[in-house]
Amino acid sequence: MPGNSLRGQVAIVGAADSSLGVVPGRTPMELCVEAALGALADAGLEKHEVDGLVTCNAMAQPMLYHAEAMAEYLQIFPRYCIAAGAGGGTTFSIIHHAASAIVTGMADVVLVAMADSMRSGLTRDQAMLVQASTGHPEFEQPYGPTVPAYYALVAQAHMAEYGTTEEDFAAIAVAGRQHAAHNPTAQMREPITVEDVLASRMIADPLHLLDCSLVSDGGAAVVLTSAERAKDMQKTPVYLLGAGEGHHHEHISQARNLTTSAAKEAGERAYAMAGLGPEAMDFAQLYDCFTPTVLIELEDLGFCAKGEGGEFAASGALAPGGTLPVNTHGGMLSHCHPGNPGSMLALTETVWQLRHEAGERQVPNANTALVHAQGGIMSSHTALVLGRDS
Amino acid sequence: MSKILPRETELTAPYWEGCRAGELRLQCCASCSKYQFYPRSVCSHCGHAHLHWQKVSGCGRVASFTVVRRGISADYEAPYVVALIELDEGPRMMSSIVTDNPIDVKVGAHVRVEFADWGEGQMLPVFALS
Repeated sequence: MPGNSLRGQVAIVGAADSSLGVVPGRTPMELCVEAALGALADAGLEKHEVDGLVTCNAMAQPMLYHAEAMAEYLQIFPRYCIAAGAGGGTTFSIIHHAASAIVTGMADVVLVAMADSMRSGLTRDQAMLVQASTGHPEFEQPYGPTVPAYYALVAQAHMAEYGTTEEDFAAIAVAGRQHAAHNPTAQMREPITVEDVLASRMIADPLHLLDCSLVSDGGAAVVLTSAERAKDMQKTPVYLLGAGEGHHHEHISQARNLTTSAAKEAGERAYAMAGLGPEAMDFAQLYDCFTPTVLIELEDLGFCAKGEGGEFAASGALAPGGTLPVNTHGGMLSHCHPGNPGSMLALTETVWQLRHEAGERQVPNANTALVHAQGGIMSSHTALVLGRDS
Repeated sequence: MSKILPRETELTAPYWEGCRAGELRLQCCASCSKYQFYPRSVCSHCGHAHLHWQKVSGCGRVASFTVVRRGISADYEAPYVVALIELDEGPRMMSSIVTDNPIDVKVGAHVRVEFADWGEGQMLPVFALS
């Protein structure tokens, strides 16, 4: 069965975030380097021990060969070096690639680092335009869809097919904010109610302002090594137990299905590799660029039945203390969304949760988690199962 | 500044010529007879490369839609309706729905194509509720 060679073979041994939120006057590369050096210090490693580097291009400081440029900046000379581009799904597909590199011997110590300055490095209009450039230039972009509009198409279809309501989507925003209230690095910590979400400005029907993620600066980095090497390191290893991807389309007008995504296959593949199902997950970090993506991911990743995401979200299950805490750091809706690196913050949070270092936010007895990211417009999906036990 | 204009290619030229002539055209596969959109060099269904252009009905249904309240740029006057239209012939395409009352737009509604001037000689297919 494909991928069995990965299960439990690789661990995250270092993790760090950069400064987050509104961070003017520092370039994405500077933020990326901050996170990278922080992750290395957390791992107890020197930079010369890094022989693999994977990054992602920054929209606010684009470079032709981003990973090579970062290696040069840090003055490291890796034997495995690549920048990946798959939208927000990049993060976790990178972990899939990096783990494979370690298992095949392409590298022993892989640093994965990403950062961007979507808030301070671009004007609001520039940020909107660069993100909307995910649309097809000839057959979508001319009609003027914004990124919220693309996702609103998904939300509207789910409402029409399953009777999901705006209140159901709003419950997801409320839960995210409840988690963020316990996170000192979250941009938005003031509690909100479903009524607050519905009263916030409509951006693209049915999505209100509070259904949409933040626009932030920041980044994060993790260090991966073999499970064998991880045993000797200073922090509790977080093992990669499962990884799976699914890619159905790039442009939403070409989606085979608006209400079921390739998160389904990504999850199935990750769970199969891990030998664990959704019921074994103590918490989940789900891609929350907009509230409807979380709702659909809950269904597609097997946490509730298809069409019942609304009911599940409205039940309070996702909140702190709920049966399935989701986005324990507050997510991109309330903590930070620096563009492509958004999910890196979910990853570092997961590392702290599984090490039992999450303080006030700690999910009790956290042992196993499902983390998911998607890129494009519900286009590319990667799911990872991470855990304390290899 | 102007609206975002599609950049025609040699392959897609018949589509855009059709729009200027007030006709919605899709590629049809000579091998499997299926229609496809967007235009490609090969049939997305069967993989054969012999495709010809055909005028289609211009009729379809709303697969999904949204009312954009905050436009992509100053050249797009909000509110405007962006939709995914399921054409009667099978393929789906993104377009706008032209209406005085966005509240009338529903998933499943029947629509019919019209053509709108996007500037610089470009006509784009848009849809009206029928």
